[in-house]
Amino acid sequence: MSHGYPTPPRAEERRVLGHPVPRIEDRPLVTGHGLYAGDVSFPHQLHMRIVRSAHAHARIVAIDTAAARALPGVVAVWTVDDIADLPPIDFRDPSAEALKPYRQPVLARGRVRYVGDPVAAIFAEDPYIAEDAAELVDIEVAPLPVLMSAQELGEFDDGRATEPTIVRHSFGDIDAAFADAHAIVELDLTIGRHSGVPMETRGAIGRYDAARDVLELHGAAKVPHRNKDTLVRMLGRSPHSLHLFEGHTGGGFGIRGELYPEDVLVLVAALRLGRPVKWIEDRREHLIAANHSRHQHHRVRAAVDPQGRLLGLEDEFFHDQGAYVRTHGARVVGRTMSMLTGPYKVGAYRAVGHFRLTNKTPAATYRAPGRYEGTFVRERLMDAIAARLGIDRIELRRRNLIPGAEMPFTVEFDEPGAEELLLDSGDYPALLDKALTHFKWDEVLAGVQRRRAAGEAVGTGIGLFVEESGRGPADGAKISVDTDGAVEVVTGGASVGQGFATAMAQICAEALGVDYSHIRVVHGRTDRIAYGIGAHAARATVMTGGAVNETAIKLRQKALQYASELLQTPAEMLDIVDGVVRRRGSDAGPSITLSDIAKRVAPGAELLHGREPGLSAEAWFHTDHTVFPYGAQLAVVRVDRDTGQATVERLMIAYDVGRAVNPMMLEGQLVGGSIQGVGGALLEEFTYDQNGEPLAVTFADYLMPTLRDAPAVDVLITEDAPSPRNPLGLKGGGEGGINAVGAVIAGAIDDAIGIPGAVTRLPVTPQRLKELLRRNA
Amino acid sequence: MTEKRDITLTINGRDHAIRVEPRKTLVDAIRDDCGQTGTHIGCEHGVCGACTVILDDVAVRACLMFAVQAQGKRIRTVEGLADGDKLHPLQSAFIKHHGLQCGFCTPGFLMLAANVLERQPDIGDEELLDVLSSNLCRCTGYQNIITAVRAAADDMRRAGAAG
Repeated sequence: MSHGYPTPPRAEERRVLGHPVPRIEDRPLVTGHGLYAGDVSFPHQLHMRIVRSAHAHARIVAIDTAAARALPGVVAVWTVDDIADLPPIDFRDPSAEALKPYRQPVLARGRVRYVGDPVAAIFAEDPYIAEDAAELVDIEVAPLPVLMSAQELGEFDDGRATEPTIVRHSFGDIDAAFADAHAIVELDLTIGRHSGVPMETRGAIGRYDAARDVLELHGAAKVPHRNKDTLVRMLGRSPHSLHLFEGHTGGGFGIRGELYPEDVLVLVAALRLGRPVKWIEDRREHLIAANHSRHQHHRVRAAVDPQGRLLGLEDEFFHDQGAYVRTHGARVVGRTMSMLTGPYKVGAYRAVGHFRLTNKTPAATYRAPGRYEGTFVRERLMDAIAARLGIDRIELRRRNLIPGAEMPFTVEFDEPGAEELLLDSGDYPALLDKALTHFKWDEVLAGVQRRRAAGEAVGTGIGLFVEESGRGPADGAKISVDTDGAVEVVTGGASVGQGFATAMAQICAEALGVDYSHIRVVHGRTDRIAYGIGAHAARATVMTGGAVNETAIKLRQKALQYASELLQTPAEMLDIVDGVVRRRGSDAGPSITLSDIAKRVAPGAELLHGREPGLSAEAWFHTDHTVFPYGAQLAVVRVDRDTGQATVERLMIAYDVGRAVNPMMLEGQLVGGSIQGVGGALLEEFTYDQNGEPLAVTFADYLMPTLRDAPAVDVLITEDAPSPRNPLGLKGGGEGGINAVGAVIAGAIDDAIGIPGAVTRLPVTPQRLKELLRRNA
Repeated sequence: MTEKRDITLTINGRDHAIRVEPRKTLVDAIRDDCGQTGTHIGCEHGVCGACTVILDDVAVRACLMFAVQAQGKRIRTVEGLADGDKLHPLQSAFIKHHGLQCGFCTPGFLMLAANVLERQPDIGDEELLDVLSSNLCRCTGYQNIITAVRAAADDMRRAGAAG
């Protein structure tokens, strides 16, 4: 069980932790000195271009690369025959044996399974030449039947169905729940195919340092250490001879930094061709080759009593994984169903998730994976129950929320191996009240009524949710003070642009007693620290932050001990402020800087008395459990009945993160996530024609919110429920912003057009909304 | 088509003598041939604006031009925005108001905003929002970008009035 750490102090009692201080990473980024993947170059490098399938499903008859090879400047052209010894892209975590045959080969082997499937790789002196050569590769194929719906089953290959696995989660007596129901409410819901689409496309630069026998991958992101582990396995190299390097990352959102075929190719090519190899994805490639996400079809039903209480919840859904199973295995299906009940108490539960393959770009996680989907399903259902029973939608939710007094609250599943949900802390009804008050819900409703009376189609929506963050098992950190007094924090974390360095610097500065703005934070470097998990599932601040805190405390004790000996003062009477050790609460008296202590503990120093030299420390933070932030989102949406355009006028999020490390950055995460959520709710969709041809291959077809689509997002950060599972009370802030936006906008559109349950599918494009209005006219 | 040509690109007041194919885009030349990697490539089809640079006082998308077309013009990129160690008011405002997260779109937004504020220091808010809506950002949700640009515009107007 949890450690049960005491409640940590609030920001007012702290120097820098919890304060909205400026980010330490910004200056190079605003002056053009960032180091994104495209900015990494090595002398004598080659450029890689991938030749991709133009067919959604076909047998490869022949690949003619002669013309491409003959082009001056082309050094090599590879097909699967040139890398036959490489295994397929492996799973990050141990996965079910049943999933293994569905992994993606590094280059297509005998068949292509989606438009964009890598078939050949060109290596040339210049990226323009590589692109010319790619057009000269002739791929002869025999078309195969194309499967475009996850609700249909097909054959993956001989005897293998396009359903690698079915995931099940259940508890309680579901049949009794439905037999006893006062009412049964059923819905058929679809979440469209969309994804993270960071502004920086993917990139990878492979380099082999023959002098040291080290293979390097630059442009890494998100989970460099985990990807290193996978690459070590796949390439059969020793861990010390393969390293990943993360520079700046132009947005992550779950999709960037996963291990893809191109990452493996640049490494193998750097080894075998003896020159650095650089690959930068173009935007069209990104939209058809980087992970897609979401895209589930749910058939959900609830059994309720006369008061609208949830006696039972049953959900069968189909997850459109696309052409292959990528690094996460079936994780998104599992997270969808484990988190589906969210903040509510449900009597009995049965979920069946069909993990299905189709001939589309493979899918994996996108910010709040399984939760954006599940919250849409759950909150649509709550709206439908409220409408059916004639109960106010807020009141209905309130009746079902897990009361604060019942925390911590455990949701256990019957299936062996299904991870239970150990909700650590929270007062969900209290947050709902705060959110309604902050939003001025009653006034907003009255205003909406007035506008409706004047003929406008305007409505409100609400969604409640629980997030998960801070997955373990452990993170380590090393902190050292150099002889100049400068502090370096080495972590196994990763930065995807979220302000990781600043958060770590604040945590270190608070515990150690130094200025946060001059701390160097190292991340995404497998050569600097052997273990790390990186930045996914809103874990970095909780886990890596936990490790930095432990390490900084250890280093502080070390510094105080040395200072005590040097100043002839008991350590407990000393404090460290801005890098200077002096008597607690006093500006006078003897003092010594950390810089001076560092100089006094060099190897051979008299002060050491047999202790290890250097002013540095290393420590770990371990946890068995994740932590659960929670939130409420509310919106006002206006619908133009003539055009079918839905406009989000107001959007608000109330979010409890236990303790915020930097409220400014947290608000940035929540606002940014919210607007991404608007994209998935109204605009963004990877569409295909019936032959599997992708129709969203540019930013003119794949529409992301612009400034004109983005309402001002109102943020209420609460700190009512610090996590008892870590000393700083932290919960993750990265994913909450997006969580309920699809659900909330759908509810508000229903309300605006006066048709309960109208929205059953995201995104609600103008065409779809127009069609809804026409059908219900 | 692939016959290389000798051209000179003048970036932030410095001449770069380079030899490029006529088909090479301006942004590729700025980055790869002139080594100024602060200008980013987000889509290569003129939608996202990450590659925005100022060309003879007009903000342009450097992915939609060929390098040879920029010969003889004054190119300004994000590297030239600060005055030595002194940040441009827009750069300071982006830091202060958390107008960036991953920072990839930032150089494009900075150049777009710098250009419009130079040309129209008293631009109305609606028009300013229209201009800024031409670039994409995936991290911030735009709110803080707007706040930062408005704040910088105020600073620049005040400095202009004082100077």
